[in-house]
Amino acid sequence: MSQKQIVQATINGEPVEFLCESRQSLLEVLRDVLRLTGTKEGCNNGNCGACNVILDGVLVNSCLVLAVEVQGHTVTTIEGIAPPKGLHPLQQKFLEHAALQCGICTPGFIVSAKALLDQNPHPSEHEVRHWLAGNLCRCTGYDKIVRAVLDAADVMSVEAR
Amino acid sequence: MTTIELEQSVVADTPQTGKQYDVIGTRPIRHDGYDKVTGRALYGADIRLNDMLYGKVLRSPHAHARILSIDTSRALALPGVKAIVTTTDLPSLESVVSRVGEGAVNWRYLSNNILANDKVLYHGHAVAAVAATSMSIAEEAISLIQVEYELLPVVTTVQQAVQPDAPILLEELRTSELGAKGEAMTNIASHDQFLRGDLERGFAEATAIVEREFITSTVHQGYIEPHSATAIWGTDGLITIWTSTQGAHDARRQAAEVLQLPVSRIKVVPMEIGGGFGGKTVIYLEPVAALLSQKSGNRPVQLTMTRWDVLAGTGPTSGSVIKVKMGADKKGRITAAQASLTYAAGAYPGSPVGAAMAVIFNPYNLENVQVDGYDVVTNTPRAAAYRAPGGTNAAFASESVIDELASRLGIDPLQIRHINGAKEGDRRVDGPLVRRIGYLETVEKAQASAHYQSPLPAPSSPGRKVGRGVASGWWGNWPGGTSSVSVVVNNDGAVTLIEGSTDIGGSRVAMAMQLAETLGLQASDIKPLVVDTDSVGYNDVTAGSRTTYATGIAVYKAGLRIIDLMRERAAEFWDVDISTVQFDNGVISARDRRLSFKELARSLGDGNGNIVASVSISPNGDGVALATHIVDVEVDTGTGKVQILRYTAIQDVGTAIHPAYVEGQMQGGAAQGIGWALNEEYVYDQQGHLLNGSMLDYRIPTALDLPMIDAIMVETPNPTHPFGVRGVGEVPIVPPAGAIANAIHNAIGVRMEVLPMSPRRVLEAMWAQK
Repeated sequence: MSQKQIVQATINGEPVEFLCESRQSLLEVLRDVLRLTGTKEGCNNGNCGACNVILDGVLVNSCLVLAVEVQGHTVTTIEGIAPPKGLHPLQQKFLEHAALQCGICTPGFIVSAKALLDQNPHPSEHEVRHWLAGNLCRCTGYDKIVRAVLDAADVMSVEAR
Repeated sequence: MTTIELEQSVVADTPQTGKQYDVIGTRPIRHDGYDKVTGRALYGADIRLNDMLYGKVLRSPHAHARILSIDTSRALALPGVKAIVTTTDLPSLESVVSRVGEGAVNWRYLSNNILANDKVLYHGHAVAAVAATSMSIAEEAISLIQVEYELLPVVTTVQQAVQPDAPILLEELRTSELGAKGEAMTNIASHDQFLRGDLERGFAEATAIVEREFITSTVHQGYIEPHSATAIWGTDGLITIWTSTQGAHDARRQAAEVLQLPVSRIKVVPMEIGGGFGGKTVIYLEPVAALLSQKSGNRPVQLTMTRWDVLAGTGPTSGSVIKVKMGADKKGRITAAQASLTYAAGAYPGSPVGAAMAVIFNPYNLENVQVDGYDVVTNTPRAAAYRAPGGTNAAFASESVIDELASRLGIDPLQIRHINGAKEGDRRVDGPLVRRIGYLETVEKAQASAHYQSPLPAPSSPGRKVGRGVASGWWGNWPGGTSSVSVVVNNDGAVTLIEGSTDIGGSRVAMAMQLAETLGLQASDIKPLVVDTDSVGYNDVTAGSRTTYATGIAVYKAGLRIIDLMRERAAEFWDVDISTVQFDNGVISARDRRLSFKELARSLGDGNGNIVASVSISPNGDGVALATHIVDVEVDTGTGKVQILRYTAIQDVGTAIHPAYVEGQMQGGAAQGIGWALNEEYVYDQQGHLLNGSMLDYRIPTALDLPMIDAIMVETPNPTHPFGVRGVGEVPIVPPAGAIANAIHNAIGVRMEVLPMSPRRVLEAMWAQK
């Protein structure tokens, strides 16, 4: 049995301290140690994007990050996307556009789309599709997801004015 | 409880065709959506129980082998390992076939698929399972289980499996030849046939005859959520299973049969489901998790598949070989049609060839027709249902041939479909009469669509060519099975709707809308819940596009009961005769008295008996689905890569309850069909090893692969549903492969006879033509 490590990080704005094995991925720790099960496991090898989180502003597959690597860093998961009250515009637009069917990929899509809009507030349809190509959805054919992201971008740019 | 009503065979007599609705047809936010966009919704693998153990399944590294011995002693000795199960822990079952979900299952084969008995029949076949205090210990324990195999020759395709000297998978299997059992050992489980008219005469009348053979690869449903089951075998002998399934009651029944226990000993708690597409109508892990719990001192055990487990051990749908011969006269009327479909069932009999035999010609009214279907076992995973099971392969073949007939006869490809399209009163090749359908309307809408009316775009570079194709598709749907609901009126006027039908893509809101429409309320006044198997009557699987239809009828009937009860209460409240109490659009009135639904509910208060209605129905209804799709493609003649430029799906959707989710079904089905057409396939080596068991290598379509998918809804109300609902989920996967093949022909003049039409296949077909 390997010795566990103590890791300190900021997760969804809160200082968090947790114990993990050196071999454990961030995904495993989020789900099994911190019980943040909104981050989903679809493939555990970086193919599907269901586990995407934002690490110091960078979109990552949490299944490909070791939990010990987040020592001293900042992680945002789906549970940290919404403001204290209400929903993030992306979440609202996903609901309004029926951009989810089964919903298992939805947290990953919303986290990825937030990372996109953080760095590119006015993406074209092609830019949205290119950015989200690392997130697999099997239900929707992506049509309503892309529309929801474009609509959220519009709403956010109006709000920002 | 005020009343319980049990009704059977409820089919609405008076469809409210053409009625304008208040709630139906609007696009409210789904009730379960908030938890799904915030990460709060709990799916199969999200449940965490106190003292829970983690399980792992050992899977066969061979595609076909006899198991000589399994030694678990070293694994059991590993600290942290609490239990190991193998086939000897499962009861030995009779070879008995029962209806389960949409299809039939042989209980012995189901059990042997869950844990291999004397033989492993495919790479990935489950052999043993471990429960341990952590996943890493479980993984290590699996590697310590020693299995001795005697390797056997392998057949991964139907072409190999039907050879007279082919290795035999199941020694007891005999062909069911048009219902009669054969004598010899075989891999051909069955041969069935539809036959009508005089083929010879029909072909003699034809001006043009086209005959081709098509080969399609094995593909997977590709749901993003891996299977997961968590179980406690309680010390009281009662078992609770948390799982994501398309049917909690069905999962309970399958687990009970496999464990040889009465169904009431098991409670299945449905978690949110991360996609299924048919693949979560069968069970894999549930009995294993229960047995591991029993053997580990009644601790909860969670088993969750890896992506490789999912691809290698579950799902897929059949690869196939399909021969089609069709003839048409110079006016484009199809004079004769013949097809032979051979489908790979995987390890155990039960491919969807029967459904495919209906799909292949059912959009059309044909006089002279013969369809033969063969179900063949192969050393690949046991086939599971996949959205309109068997339909995509079949329509790829027939729609390609019809397209070629049209082109030979100089007729527009939509026109030939219109000429031959089935109408109410026609006789289907599989027997039933055609009822009210909107097939011709889908063709007409396609003809009139902006897409079909617009010219093809210019190619984006000189080495590329563009083309347009169309195809139609039929699917039978399953407007039957049993659905049970309970409705409770709360004393604040809100209404709780208790269902047992898995909500896989928005059915809770669709049910709430049907109840709201019935009661004159808003969708947000209804609180729809999907509950466990002990908390609601029996419900068949969410499959066969049945839920919004069948459970919708149950909801409507329950709503009518609630209206009667509310009128009764109003009569008591006002001290008037019930015959004077009216209910209209959410308002209860008698002469000068008048209360809204909510006002009456509030005034009833507590302590007066709750207003509750429970309904269970088995509609023996009807409601086939038809679709026509149009696609523009660009083919790179240097690489063979096909890009979808524009896509339009037209479908007879009956009445669209929540149009956004109906469009979503059409778009999602089209996208899956596009993946099947262009990318997806199981790749095996000579020894039957799966070579592409990851999402990256299996390669379902990404956002970058697809354009927006236009959805045009034709609303022909289904006469057997009170609001005209028709199942919409499955048929949109039927036309895409045929439409894309026809578009590729239009672009480069090559007829594709193989799926997927991947770059290599397109190049090979181009070279073969030269």
